[in-house]
This record gives sequence, structure tokens and C-alpha cells, in this order.
Amino acid sequence: MLSEINYLLFNSVLVVSFVASAMYLVFFFSQREKLRRIARMIFLGSGILQSLYIFSRYIIAGHTPITSQHEAVVFFAWSVTWAYLSFHWRYSVRNFGTFVSMLVLIMLLIAATVSRQFHPLAPALQSLWLPVHAGVAVMAYGFLALAFCGAIMYLLQERELKSKKFGFFFSRLPSLDSLDQLNNHCLTAGFGLLTLGIITGSVWARQAWGTYWHWDPKETWSLITWFLYAAQIHQRFTLGWRGKRAAVMSIIGFSAVIFTLWGVNYLLGGVHSYAQ
Amino acid sequence: MPSEIILLLGVNHKNTPLEVREKLALSSGYEEPLQALGKIDGLREYYLLSTCNRVEILVSARDGDDVEKRLAEFLFGDALSPDQYKKHLYCYRNEEAIHHLFMVAASLDSMIVGESQILGQLKEAYRWSSEQKCTGPILNKLLHKSFSVAKRVRSETQIGSSAVSISYAAIELAKKIFSSLENKRVLLIGAGEMAELAAEHLVGNGAKDVVVANRTLGNALDLAKRFNGRAVGLDELHEQLEQVDIIVSSTGAPGVILFKDDVKPLMRNRRNKPLFFIDIAVPRDLDPGLNDLDNVYLYDIDDLNNVVELNKAERDKEAIKASRIVDEESLKFKDWLAGLAITPTLAALREKGDLIAKMELERTLPRLDLSAKEQKSVEMMAGAIVSKLLHDPMLFLRSESCKDQSEMKVDLFRSVFDLEKKQ
Repeated sequence: MLSEINYLLFNSVLVVSFVASAMYLVFFFSQREKLRRIARMIFLGSGILQSLYIFSRYIIAGHTPITSQHEAVVFFAWSVTWAYLSFHWRYSVRNFGTFVSMLVLIMLLIAATVSRQFHPLAPALQSLWLPVHAGVAVMAYGFLALAFCGAIMYLLQERELKSKKFGFFFSRLPSLDSLDQLNNHCLTAGFGLLTLGIITGSVWARQAWGTYWHWDPKETWSLITWFLYAAQIHQRFTLGWRGKRAAVMSIIGFSAVIFTLWGVNYLLGGVHSYAQ
Repeated sequence: MPSEIILLLGVNHKNTPLEVREKLALSSGYEEPLQALGKIDGLREYYLLSTCNRVEILVSARDGDDVEKRLAEFLFGDALSPDQYKKHLYCYRNEEAIHHLFMVAASLDSMIVGESQILGQLKEAYRWSSEQKCTGPILNKLLHKSFSVAKRVRSETQIGSSAVSISYAAIELAKKIFSSLENKRVLLIGAGEMAELAAEHLVGNGAKDVVVANRTLGNALDLAKRFNGRAVGLDELHEQLEQVDIIVSSTGAPGVILFKDDVKPLMRNRRNKPLFFIDIAVPRDLDPGLNDLDNVYLYDIDDLNNVVELNKAERDKEAIKASRIVDEESLKFKDWLAGLAITPTLAALREKGDLIAKMELERTLPRLDLSAKEQKSVEMMAGAIVSKLLHDPMLFLRSESCKDQSEMKVDLFRSVFDLEKKQ
């Protein structure tokens, strides 16, 4: 019964996210303000459904559902969605939603292709630290994903301004300055959470395995990601790195995030591997 | 009889790239070119317009293909060979020339349709021509008419409301680079009219600080005072570039005054804050390579054209209305011109009639013994007969039905009344 609801919930998440993306895309072309409001409401609906889906898995599994590939990706999509929605309360960036909703849809589609099986949790990992560590890390990824979307938009707009060929994006994308600000804010928030994620992880590792740091591939790659972002933030503070360079760095950083999340599991294994 | 034609030759931003226009633009003012133009055979009246978007010659001349060729050679000088300039040059005759002039004056042919600077530039060009006594009855009338057409277009359509000038496009761009112009600093290089206009718009949109850099500090001071800004010499340019955000360059310098390598080291001190360069000078002031630097955006006047394209649709509607006015006025002027063509014929006919009456009176009156009062009556009668006889032919000549073939009609008229010999 519950697993049926669970199954239906995921399908409805997919459908609603697809409709939200489609709506945002139509808005992107037509620029009709009414469509934007509708798209936003649907996207909010998708966010709520995602939360319900994760909650239903929590009830079935009996622990925070972040122990399989499928769960990790859904969690990631959820964090991007809510990072965007919470961010939106503070200030809005023109047509940002279109890019974010597309990214979320892509993540959910990936989640749909992998196995939705439940994995039992190793006894060593059954602790309150799991939701704390995983939650913080995934929220960090959410903000870094927003920075990635902002960076893509920056590069698109910058290309139009530099080449002086004003096409499709010029009128639809916001100013370079506001995109750079967006990148900066999301990066600062994401970086802070990432730092916290690494710290909570190592504290938990100390409790579970006795040492703070294992040089597990995932830890190593998190650290590499952390250094990439730290370097960028440092450069911005000292030399005023901004604009294109900052955007490119955000994209590189985000690729490292993606690799940490997926690549490591498939290629390198280690204690974070879901398929134990 | 060689007939008179109105010719308009020129190049503009639509079919001639900036690189070519740069070579043609008259940086030395109007005086010399007008004198040189005066030496060309066959021109009766002539006028020359040179702006950063167009160079045009308007003449009234004796008909013949040679004039066109000679004017083209004058325009391009040694810069381009006939094969090269063929694709850039446009050449209009008579009605087309009138129509084009009105289109230009009404700012319908401008890069930024509806901008108002062109009328001022037209008036200045005309002032030069008339001061040098290059214009005569036809061009005087034609140019004055073009001014009033421009005024009519401005008052009867909304064409000027969305784009006032090149500055409008610049602001559109600035808003895509900086989210708002609030508190942005502006540096004007060159204290000309264009710079002033640009500054006015930037300040109107929230820009805070205006610095004027100019070769002659006096002019810079005058302009700076208008915006409560500061004036600096050109040698302080590099220092200023560290502080400002938007630079409008409009000097009359013959070459590039700011190079990529000048700006590159400054970006570090600016902490990479974006710089927006607007180069509205022809020839260009700023090194095109500047645009390759990170966080530096350079636009010359041709680039601004692209921004304008974005707002075209809404202005196109008004432009249609405006071109109807231009069409109407061109037709009226054509009529006036046609009237001008028949005026000498009408005068000659009138003269011939009066002469016949006078001759016949001189032959008849001495043979009659008439009182002064009676003589007067006979003279009046002779005059009335001539007038009444000529009234219908004259009316026919002036009539609408023959307007389009006035030349043919005038020829016919002249041979019917045998006026040819008198001319």
C-alpha cells in the first residue's frame, strides 16, 4: 500500500516538474507575466510533492532516504528546488526559474532511470548524524547548483554583449551585474553549507569509525570541490575576480560536485558507496 | 535645351561600413570641401552633409551622366576605386532625391529612427552652404522645406518619443551590463554636442558623477559645470579610468586615443569592475581590441544600431505614418518644381502677347484721331484680348492633368507659340 503511494508520488513529481518546466519555457518565449506566476505555482507544487515523496520513503525505509543512487538524486533535486524557492523570497532574477526548473527536471529524469529499490542501512550508519550530515551536504549542492545555473545565464548574456549580436537571450536574461551577484550569493551560501557538511561528516566519521578522516574517495573529492570553491571565493575577495572568470569557475566547481555525487560511486567506490 | 536636375549622392550607415565612412567623413569642416565641390563643372547649386552616419551631396545641375560620375569621384577621392564604391554609393534623381532628403531630415533614415540630432546637423550643413553662397533658389526652397517636413513629422507622429538619440541605445546596453545606472560614474572624453547629449541621458537615468576630459580644458569646464561634474585634462585619462564605470568618447581626434594595452593594467586596480566604453566618434577613438578584455565592453556607433533593432517594431508603426507625411510633402515639392519649370514659359508667353499688343497699338493708334481717354480704352481693349486669349492655354499649362509630363508640355507649348527663339 505505502509502496504504491510511493510509486505514484514519484510519478506525479515527474509529471508536475515536467509541466512546470514546460510552463517556464513557454514563459521564456512569450514573456507573459501571467504565465510566470502560474509556472511558479506549479514549481512550488513540485517542491511540495518532492518533499512528500521523500517523507514517504523515510517512513518505508525507517531512516533518512539518502542511501541509494535514486534517493541521492531525488534529494539533490529537492534541495535545488527549495534553495530556489527560498531564494526567491529574498529577491528575484529575471527568468532564473526557467533554468532552475530545467535542471531539476533533468535530475528527476535521471532519478527515474535508476533502480528505486530500498537499501538497508549498515548498523554503523544508523545515527542522527545521517540526516544532519547528508541534509547539510545536499543543501550545499542545491545552492551550488543555483550558482551553476546563474553562471550559464551569465555566459549566455555575456556572449551576446561581447559579440554584439543581440539575439534571443539579450532581452530575456537579466543584467550581467545581477547575474554576477546571484552567482556570488549562491556561492557564499553553498560554500558555507559545504564546509559545514564536511565538518559534520568528519565528526560523524569519528563517532562511527574512530577517525576524523578516511581518505575515502568521496571525502577526497569533497575536499577537492571545497578547494575549488575556496580558491574562487578567495580570488573574489582579494583580486575582485568576477564576471566571466567567476562564472567559469562556478561551472568547473559544479562539475566537481556532480562527480563527487555520482562519479565517485561508479568509478571509485568507498564507504560512501550506496550499493554495499 | 539642357534640363535641370536635382541629384543626391551619398553613403550611409545602411550600406557602408564604418571603416569606409571613416575615410570619407570630413574632419576638416565644411569650408574646403564646399570650395572643392564648387570647382566641378555643371553644378548650379550644391550642398554637402557630413555626419558620423552619412555623407551626402545634394546638387542642382545641368543634366548629363558626367555630373554623377564627377560627384562620386569627388566623394570617394582616392579612398576607393569605382568598382569598390559602386556597392556603397546611392544616387537619387529629382523626386527620389527630394524624397530621400525629406526622409533624412525627418530622421526616418537615421540609424536610430526618430532621433533629433540629424535635423540640427542638416541645418548646420545648410548654414555652411548658404554662407558660402553655394545654394540658390531651388536648394534654398528644398532645404527649408525639409526642415518644415521634419517639424511636421515630429509634431504629428510619436516617432521621437521612444528613441531620442544614440544615447538611448547606449543606456539600454548599460542597463544590461550594470543592473542600474544608479551611482555609476561617467567619463566624457571630448566635450562636443554628442557627448553632452549622452551625458544628459545617463544622468537622467541615475548616473551620479560626470567627469569631462578634453584637450581644451575651458570647454571641459563649461560642460562639467552643466552636470555639477569635474573637468580634467586628457593626460589624466588613465587615472580617471580607475574610478569611472561608463566612458563616452567623442573627440575629433584623427586616430585611436586609448589602446587595449592602456586599459589592461587598470583592470586590476579596478578590482575587475566592469567598464563600458561607448565610442561615438568617427573616426573611432577607441581601440576595437578593448572589447576582448574581460569585463570590458566596447560599442561603436555601428554596434549601437543593433540595440536599436530591438525596439524597432513599435517605432515602425509611427514610421509608416511619418513616411506618409514625407510622401505627401515630396509630391507637393515636385509640383512646386514643375511649376518652376513652366514659370519661364508662362512669362515668355505673357511677354510675347504684350509685345504683339504693343506693336499693333503703335501701328494703329497714330492713324486714328483719338482723345487721350479713347486711346486709353483701346489700349485696355487690346490688353484684354491678349489676356483672354492666353488665359485658357495658360490654365492648361498649369493644370493637374499634365503635371507629370510638364517637360513635354512645355516643349509643345514653346513650339506652338514659337517661343524658342526668344530664349
